Amino acid sequence: MKLIIAYIKPFKLEDVKTALTGVGVSGMTTSDVEGFGRQSGQTEVYRGAEYEVEFVPKVRIEVLVPDELAPVAVETIEKAAHTGEIGDGKIAVLPVEAAVRIRTGERGPDAV
Amino acid sequence: MESGDIAWVLTSSALVLFMTPGLALFYGGMVRSRNVLNMLLMSFFTISIVTVVWILVGYSVSFADGTPLIGNFDFLFLRNVSSGEDLLFVMFQMTFAIITPALISGAVAERMKFSAWVLFTTLWALIVYPIVAHWAWNGWLTDLGVLDFAGGLVVHINAGIAALVLVLLLKPRRGFGQEAIRPHSLPLTLIGTGILWLGWFGFNAGSAFGANDVAINAIVTTQIGAALGALGWVAAEWRKTGAPTTLGAASGAVAGLVAITPAAGFVGPQSAIVFGLAAGALCYLAVSLKYRFNYDDSLDVVGVHLVGGIVGSVLLGVFSQASVNPAGADGLLYGDVSLLGKQVLAVVAVMAFTAVATWIIAKIVDVTVGLRVEERSEIEGLDITLHEERAYVTDSR
Repeated sequence: MKLIIAYIKPFKLEDVKTALTGVGVSGMTTSDVEGFGRQSGQTEVYRGAEYEVEFVPKVRIEVLVPDELAPVAVETIEKAAHTGEIGDGKIAVLPVEAAVRIRTGERGPDAV
Repeated sequence: MESGDIAWVLTSSALVLFMTPGLALFYGGMVRSRNVLNMLLMSFFTISIVTVVWILVGYSVSFADGTPLIGNFDFLFLRNVSSGEDLLFVMFQMTFAIITPALISGAVAERMKFSAWVLFTTLWALIVYPIVAHWAWNGWLTDLGVLDFAGGLVVHINAGIAALVLVLLLKPRRGFGQEAIRPHSLPLTLIGTGILWLGWFGFNAGSAFGANDVAINAIVTTQIGAALGALGWVAAEWRKTGAPTTLGAASGAVAGLVAITPAAGFVGPQSAIVFGLAAGALCYLAVSLKYRFNYDDSLDVVGVHLVGGIVGSVLLGVFSQASVNPAGADGLLYGDVSLLGKQVLAVVAVMAFTAVATWIIAKIVDVTVGLRVEERSEIEGLDITLHEERAYVTDSR
């Protein structure tokens, strides 16, 4: 099993969600986060002065998938979240040691 | 004017002006948090725009004599407005001209360009509002004997039909009808409702333009209309969905206030019960129509102001009592059938004129600056993309 964590542009969330459901991903978790990468922030005007905003709003997505679905899911996120502009985000894939489905007590890939 | 009368109309002017920031909160609470500042600003900024338009042109077209269809330019930039009484009337009426376009903003929430809103409001306050105000209060409808005490036609039907036209041109928000688009802060909405309710005492009782028995009658009927409107709406929704809601009570109170507006100084307190209850229940039914016909009247301006305004203006033809106000007339219940017909005619005439005029203005705005924001702006929120601000900031850094 793999845990895929992606940081994407907030307005791309709908597209990513639709695309992931389309390739058979059955669940996901999202949160609103702020951060910076190589783009290192944007400028924002407040009360006449221009400021460098260090942290840019992003959406963080977590998807837990069986090993065989992981490459497809990554590619799907990559495509759906792509704009070609600066700040499109990152995807990380982590190995998962164990998974439990709380209601049924299933373990491993069945739990995903 | 006696000092007591002056004092009451001064107070009323302040009360009615305060309704517009109150409306901003009423609407602001109903949108999603990413659009709340945009929603607030649509109302708030209207105060500035219409103040300018009103003193330059609007007041003159509304209240100068001219023809029965349109006022002339005698009072342009307030020239020839010399007495204190006239100037007081300019101020009091200005607050009505301000809130009317602000009412429309609720229908176009979460998807209209702010630049388009500024242009639309300017043109609408310049052309549509003054002409309808002239018709109802100093023009051919007045001559015909049509009654509109505080703006059922001029404010509510006018704003409601304009809202419907704009909504049809703007098209629904993303996700309308597919996902629940929920209010982000009903406490804001309820605070706004309280401010509106308070301000409405100035709106209706101030329309007596004096501290007199008609004003007293109007404040009582206004209270009854608002209270019964909330009761009617909540009763209807509780029966249908099983839950009495804060949003329902707030919307119902406003619906009752809308319906009693044309009648506040012409019907007695007992009749006001009917206005409130009918408006509460009928407007509740009306707001569900937008899903059936797929027009995204986002915050129910059509369902509450157009429908409530029609309910009030038509019921006035039934319940009007000359004994309440010698300047009024007797309605159907008190022996005169003709008033009802005049009221219906006035409703139809205002709707037809405003629909056409608003459509033309909206088209002009659409081809010049464009009505609708870009899709990305709609998704990320109008606050950050149009105003470069956020309403709720947790600044831990």
